[in-house]
Amino acid sequence: MTAAEATLAPLLQVRDVTVRYGAITAVHGLSLHVDAGEIVAIVGPNGAGKTSLLSSIAGLVRPQAGAILLRDVTLETVGLENVVRHGIALVPEGRNIFASLTVLENLQLGATIRRDAAVRSDLQAFFESFPILGERRNQPAGLLSGGEQQMLAIARALMSRPTLLMLDEPSLGLAPKIVEQVYAELERIRDGGVTILVVEQNAARAFAVADRAYVMRHGRLALAGTPDELRAHADFDAAYFGVSMAEAAPPEAAGRP
Amino acid sequence: MDRLVQTLVDAVSVGGLYALTALGIGLIFGVMRLINFAHGELIMIAGYAVLLMFDMPVGLVVIGALAASVLLALAIERAAFRPIRTADPPTLLISSFAVSFFLQKTMILFVGSRPKGVDFLPDLARQVEIAGIRLQLLQIVTIVVSAILLVGLSWFLRTTRLGLEMRAAAENFAMAQVLGVRANRVIATAFAISAVLAAVVACLFVAQTGLVQPRMGLQLVVIAFVGTVIGGLGSLPGAALGGFLVGATTILLQTLLPPDLRVFREAFVFVAVALVLLLRPQGIIPARGLKERI
Repeated sequence: MTAAEATLAPLLQVRDVTVRYGAITAVHGLSLHVDAGEIVAIVGPNGAGKTSLLSSIAGLVRPQAGAILLRDVTLETVGLENVVRHGIALVPEGRNIFASLTVLENLQLGATIRRDAAVRSDLQAFFESFPILGERRNQPAGLLSGGEQQMLAIARALMSRPTLLMLDEPSLGLAPKIVEQVYAELERIRDGGVTILVVEQNAARAFAVADRAYVMRHGRLALAGTPDELRAHADFDAAYFGVSMAEAAPPEAAGRP
Repeated sequence: MDRLVQTLVDAVSVGGLYALTALGIGLIFGVMRLINFAHGELIMIAGYAVLLMFDMPVGLVVIGALAASVLLALAIERAAFRPIRTADPPTLLISSFAVSFFLQKTMILFVGSRPKGVDFLPDLARQVEIAGIRLQLLQIVTIVVSAILLVGLSWFLRTTRLGLEMRAAAENFAMAQVLGVRANRVIATAFAISAVLAAVVACLFVAQTGLVQPRMGLQLVVIAFVGTVIGGLGSLPGAALGGFLVGATTILLQTLLPPDLRVFREAFVFVAVALVLLLRPQGIIPARGLKERI
């Protein structure tokens, strides 16, 4: 591959990936790609295999078949601990912040792979953009609210200075106002040069920021395209829920605090 | 008054030994959910290192005991536990029994099962007078050394990078690895620290009893394990406190019970343990965040 081709090739390629847990197949020979600078959304109902797909890219589960390439690096063989060293950071479902560690310690762990002097200034910059977390830097992260924990999980992932940031259900369990803040933050992150792959059950929310989206159902791709194409697509509602978008609107829209 | 202070000092020094042993077990459980019954053999091998070297300068003997214990711990981790690292906790537990038996029986094969006497640190057996009360020097040394190790370990875990990685791995290993934490490094460090604690316990224990034998670690580990459970499995402060309480209670019962009931002191300890578990099944200081896993 020449240098010119390398820059034209997608940042991430998932080719015919199959993920099985015992007798259950969560992902069936799925292929997709993410280009540098994009926000790509993977939407679909609960149990569609979105999290399994993300876990296989992150190295948490090993696909039984297929290939996952970051540029020309074959990811499924590098090992869980090294995926982040190749520039992929994950904000997992449920955030998985370290509840017993302080806010600052969570962020320091995000910088595990870095030894450069800029870690300190990155921390400082984060505390300046999120003064609430800055004030509570020495408190256990488990005491933060759900929205604060989500921001912390995103910041922790960014501390590794990734080229690709992956998020699993960032809106889950958050109030609508907080979800807006999280997604506004994602756009800022993309504008800062980080490519984003986001898995989301809340399709409407993800479509508002995504350049492209994939709809997953039963472990397979049902549809792919730009959000506008997908919204206009006659099969979208059927592919997504088998119900209309109005009914499929997320529970947050119903006005929880 | 003298008698009371002497008993308390005795209880605190024995409690300290059990606290160190419980910490060694708790550290390994924290990072890999392994209840390592072979911890007793780390104590035993250090005991035999002391036996082998006891007439050399004390510093050398301690270094020899530390080296023997750490090398054995790293070898056990590499050969026995690394290949089954992701196995479920019962499998890990049974494997640790296998390792423990294997090491004990191998030792019996080479040195026999009879206890061997060793006169380690005889100077510490003498009494000293502090504020008019006569106390055994060894007990005071035991208390001071235990306290230094507890503070030192806590400092290591709180302030060093590796300590932070170990605490993160103890709470959620997969997430720590997603962030780039090296599992091999964290687990090997936990085994090495656990071995250092075992070697120190061995030196103090041998100095106190004057005996070395292949099964010497077993009783310490069983009692200390009970301590980690009542302290709160997975919590290091819990392990230290639980180990201390069980050890200290044993000594206090030994002194306070009427003579004809003393042979049953373990029964009293275990009744107390059962009560703690009934009232606080999660332990005195429960571990935080254990449920949150990827």
